[in-house]
Amino acid sequence: MNNELEINGELVIEILARFIREEVTKIGFKNVVVGISGGVDSSTSAFLAARALGKEHVWGIIMPYRTSNPDSARHAKKVVDITGINSETVEITTMVDAYFDQCLHSDHRRKGNVMARQRMIVLYDKSAEHEALVLGTSNKTEFLLGYTTLWGDMACAVNPLGDLYKTQVWQLARSLAIPEEIVGKPPSADLWAGQTDEGELGFTYREVDRLLNLMVDKRFAVSELVEAGYDREFIRKVFSKIQHTQYKRRMPVIAKVSHRTIDRDFRYPRDWGV
Amino acid sequence: MKITIGAAQIKPTLGNVEANLQTAELVIEQAKSKGVNLLVFPELGLTGYYLRDMVPVVAMHDEHPVISRMIEHSRNLSLAFGYVEESPDHKFYNSALYVEDGRIVHRHRKVYLPTYGMFDELRYFASGDSVSAFNTKFGRMGILICEDVWHLSTGCILSADGADVMIHLASSPARGMKAEARLDIYDTWENLNRTYASSFCCYVVFVNRVGCEDGLTFWGGSEIIDPDCGLAGKAKYLDEDLLVTDIDTDKIRRARMYTPVRRDERLHLTLKELHRIASRRNKDCQEPT
Repeated sequence: MNNELEINGELVIEILARFIREEVTKIGFKNVVVGISGGVDSSTSAFLAARALGKEHVWGIIMPYRTSNPDSARHAKKVVDITGINSETVEITTMVDAYFDQCLHSDHRRKGNVMARQRMIVLYDKSAEHEALVLGTSNKTEFLLGYTTLWGDMACAVNPLGDLYKTQVWQLARSLAIPEEIVGKPPSADLWAGQTDEGELGFTYREVDRLLNLMVDKRFAVSELVEAGYDREFIRKVFSKIQHTQYKRRMPVIAKVSHRTIDRDFRYPRDWGV
Repeated sequence: MKITIGAAQIKPTLGNVEANLQTAELVIEQAKSKGVNLLVFPELGLTGYYLRDMVPVVAMHDEHPVISRMIEHSRNLSLAFGYVEESPDHKFYNSALYVEDGRIVHRHRKVYLPTYGMFDELRYFASGDSVSAFNTKFGRMGILICEDVWHLSTGCILSADGADVMIHLASSPARGMKAEARLDIYDTWENLNRTYASSFCCYVVFVNRVGCEDGLTFWGGSEIIDPDCGLAGKAKYLDEDLLVTDIDTDKIRRARMYTPVRRDERLHLTLKELHRIASRRNKDCQEPT
């Protein structure tokens, strides 16, 4: 582990549990729903939520598609068993296929995005059913690389993991005693058989997190990154991913025509009127 | 002289002055029962921190009922507290008042308004234009608000002005994870507080808030540092707390005998050199003064 990215899991858990508790309860909610894929990010969010709110206030929603790896649902159920949170399984196959039956052409990417957004629809409906907020599971690495579906897996009300790199989520998961078969398996969006994040991205999380930490957090210039031993092509590739996916990290751009435009001039915290 | 200081490490409700007054009054009652002489609240403790466009909505002038209530409470114990001040000419300041025996003794308007990274204070606040020590019934004190403390010049001014107790009001968000069970920001602040105490041979009363606002978690860790740089009292990290610590003004005397740096401070030399540097800078870049 690169020392720069090493965290103290117990302290971070203390901060994130308070964050979840306060940002959920101060606006009048007691419950959260979280989509559990069986991967490390959603497992970590679910464990944190159980600790912050109590297991009876957390609903873990398992949403397999027919091609999902059976290990995913098995691991998701394991998270439910260990934490003792409420759980429901909602198959998204018929919903997704109903749409694609009408499409002559599609590809992995479009199908993956539709699945991610279908899961969002289910989660938001479940949040209404359980008077809950949707808890996010996206981490800083995937936010920065844009390796995420806009209004799909990114969609949530409260996100405890968005300022932690993937390698830091692994550390956090181990501090939460999440089983090694979940933490240690190759990360995958599980949108098609054999998909892995690192295979698709073309680099490992360990490599890219070290670079992102220097580039984003420490604000190293390209020349300084090269001097620190990073390959120029790797730097270019990562920087271009960050730049080209900036739109995903912003609310839609609003055309300014009035004096007081939302967000540009009309600036209130989310916690307005709590 | 022994003075019992209370650090009110509260969790304000953002933008809700009434709720925050209630919180403050609960702590005032607890502090009274513990014999506190001076109770200190954090920066913007009566309003919350991440106010943005709510700043004018929660701003209070000196006759505001909430300020009047706090002044009234000072008949029982002295108070230092942070809030949004609206001046008679409708400027909004990130301010603190020191009140005792039913009157305002001192007003500090935050001079250094951080406007970088996560901070955007200059957008909403006017900056104060003075730093000075003041007399209280417990001795001579100075108040600084959060970023003010990061500018060591403010401490130098208060020291030269004779402050024996420096009161640091803060709303400091948690940040900077590392392998140890501490955050970078704990180190930065705790070093600053100790630097002030040891360099100026004074007591430092640091009061930071807790709670979350829009994803910022304030980390607490309020503390009182004695003039020997020793830890006189420490509140919890991250949770609400009322730290009650006795300070002993004789300790200031002993520290100044041991290390008479304040006595030896060459005020005119410092002034002369700063004048020289400031006038050269003016000439070089015509920066506004």
